[in-house]
Amino acid sequence: MHEWALAESIVMATVEEARKEKLKTITQVTVYIGELQQIEKEIFLFALNELSKSQKPPIKKDAFVLKTDKSTLTCKNCGEHWKYADVKKKLNKTESESIHFIPEVIFVHARCPHCGSPDFEITKGRGVTLSSIKGVR
Amino acid sequence: MEPRTSVIEKRLKNINRIIAVASGKGGVGKSMVASTLALHLSQNGYRVGLLDLDLYGPSSHIILGVKNKFPREEKGIIPPTIHGISFMSIVYFTEEKPSPFRGIDISNIILELLAITQWGRLDFLIIDMPPGIGDETLDVIRYMKSSEFLVVTTPSKVAMGAVSKLLTMLIELKKPVLGVIENMTMTDSSFIKQEVKRLQVRYLGKIHFDQTLEESIGNPDALSETQVMKDLRLILKKIKL
Repeated sequence: MHEWALAESIVMATVEEARKEKLKTITQVTVYIGELQQIEKEIFLFALNELSKSQKPPIKKDAFVLKTDKSTLTCKNCGEHWKYADVKKKLNKTESESIHFIPEVIFVHARCPHCGSPDFEITKGRGVTLSSIKGVR
Repeated sequence: MEPRTSVIEKRLKNINRIIAVASGKGGVGKSMVASTLALHLSQNGYRVGLLDLDLYGPSSHIILGVKNKFPREEKGIIPPTIHGISFMSIVYFTEEKPSPFRGIDISNIILELLAITQWGRLDFLIIDMPPGIGDETLDVIRYMKSSEFLVVTTPSKVAMGAVSKLLTMLIELKKPVLGVIENMTMTDSSFIKQEVKRLQVRYLGKIHFDQTLEESIGNPDALSETQVMKDLRLILKKIKL
């Protein structure tokens, strides 16, 4: 349940931000989940809802909206863009699980499918990000 | 918005002291000092964590002989215990393969490790730092505000040149520096001692070059009996560790 730790960071950041904005109730929180992190959405949502209980300001039940952030990887050597799915089938279970924990280890376990370079960047779809918070003042 | 920074303080709140073993220069024995310091503290009954932040060239796991271990998942990841030390390293995820990380990736990895690692209650968290004053050092200063630095150099003027820059920066940022350890000494030269004193930092002493040390790598019991460990214990007494 490594998802729990990430959910905790989302809830803490949400509450911090809501306090700054002087919200009395948090009604909607949109969270993007990067494709590389391969989060179990059901577990993640369960953790978010559990951790949201008895927060100040209160977070409304079912406030969390989860959206997938599709991956784009860009090779610095050949300039090609590609997706995690393009290399995922070549990864074994351990490598894929390592990327789930630390998305940057994709540079260790994968290569650009076009030129074979390890020098690429995660342009989109890395990990968990807090996109927006709605609430009542 | 980056959510991980919000949870780091909580992850570190039950850690009494954070000591970063650092140097401006590579190859001076930081990992050896960090690993043996962690062993020493653990042997003295303290709850100790060791975090290897040398992401390009992690080596604490080699010194401690860590094999076939992996963190356990429980509301995050719980580091395995190695000779009484909770040990976390990127090596669990990289499998000894080359790690071509750029600066932004380094910061992301550190943030991720700090956000998901559940250390629990510790008396000491020792950090094995990479050389220099790059992303890792700046991130430790930024996210681990209570960290103290234990700086390592060799007797070389070349090493001390880079170490002086690190010390100058730590002083400028008002970070606590426990002192400087002169490692791998072979003569009675007082050059390092004078340089360290000139910077108004505490010179802690020498660890003599030990030709037999290599035989003890990977064997914590044997490491504990080395001249290096004996020298280190004398040095650590001065700073009540």
